[in-house]
Amino acid sequence: MSVAADRLVAGGFFLLFAFSVALAAEIPRGERRSGYAFMGRETQAMQDDRTTNPGMLWVLEGEAMWDRKEGAAKRSCAQCHGNAAKSMKGVAARYPAFDAKLHWPVDLAQRINICRTARQRASPLAYESKELLALTAYVAAQSQGSKIAPPSDKRLTPFRSAGRDFFNLRQGQLNLSCAQCHDDNWRGRLAGSAITQAHPTGYPLYRLEWQTMGSLQRRMRNCLIGMRAEPFEYGAPNYVALELYMMWRARGLPMDSPAVRP
Amino acid sequence: MARALVNVPTRAKRGQVIEIKALISHPMETGYRPDINGKPYPRDIINKFICTYNSTEVFRADLHPAISANPFLSFFTVATESGTLTLTWTDDGGQLYVEKANIIVE
Repeated sequence: MSVAADRLVAGGFFLLFAFSVALAAEIPRGERRSGYAFMGRETQAMQDDRTTNPGMLWVLEGEAMWDRKEGAAKRSCAQCHGNAAKSMKGVAARYPAFDAKLHWPVDLAQRINICRTARQRASPLAYESKELLALTAYVAAQSQGSKIAPPSDKRLTPFRSAGRDFFNLRQGQLNLSCAQCHDDNWRGRLAGSAITQAHPTGYPLYRLEWQTMGSLQRRMRNCLIGMRAEPFEYGAPNYVALELYMMWRARGLPMDSPAVRP
Repeated sequence: MARALVNVPTRAKRGQVIEIKALISHPMETGYRPDINGKPYPRDIINKFICTYNSTEVFRADLHPAISANPFLSFFTVATESGTLTLTWTDDGGQLYVEKANIIVE
């Protein structure tokens, strides 16, 4: 083959590659998979057995907190919401939701804190504290098996599209976007670990690397640090917008909270 | 938050080999991790685990640093008679965490 032909072929490949990157879009419904599908057999077994899943320790703690009277109002969660197995079923599968009073979307942990301050008249729980993770994990565990069903609330649309823009935004010193890994290269591996499609099916979850429970925001923080971008404060609107988009992106997948991830 | 999850079969046949699974929530601070001033956090790990079956010791383990937080243990014993399995974890502070599980052997 002549040099000119070689160049032509190389150029063609380059064009093809550039084209495929430009065209890369959301993962089609049939190919959507939870992070569970990317794990090893042992980790899957650890998650499936309720007595080996360390996330259950938080769920049990949350169950105890559900019935505990808190704050100046001396009310427990159960006094308003009754049996969590009934009242909280599917709730985590549709959060974040729009808060009419705040005119702002809130995620599940924020909703719990709103309830705590407004109804129980107690001090809000700190982000990533054992208590907040426990209560969130208990509420999320009631949605195990429920399909992720983001609300069709029109007021959420601008926030969701802001989340989508953020997902596709190149940032950090490595100049990466979330989409470059999780939409374009989820079949690949990064330093031996599966990249995964980044569907938030099991949060809050027990991450073996953390040796503890953590929220979706903590996980996002991890990724932002990984691409050497500046992470936000916990509870920042950018995180909630991103959560909104990610839940929409994962719609239809079953929840598996409390999940275990490597 | 000292909570433990213990899985012992509720019923077993005499002579049957049974699996016991025990998970406890504990930070397992190694003693090597420095704080912001460079001083290490004091070691705080579960250092001993004992399982007794009707007051006969059937399993014992010494735990060391570098065992993950919330340690999980799984072991086997032979179902000899109906009774109680007592699982005891001891940590560096000398605190005991005790869980009991009943088994019916037929």
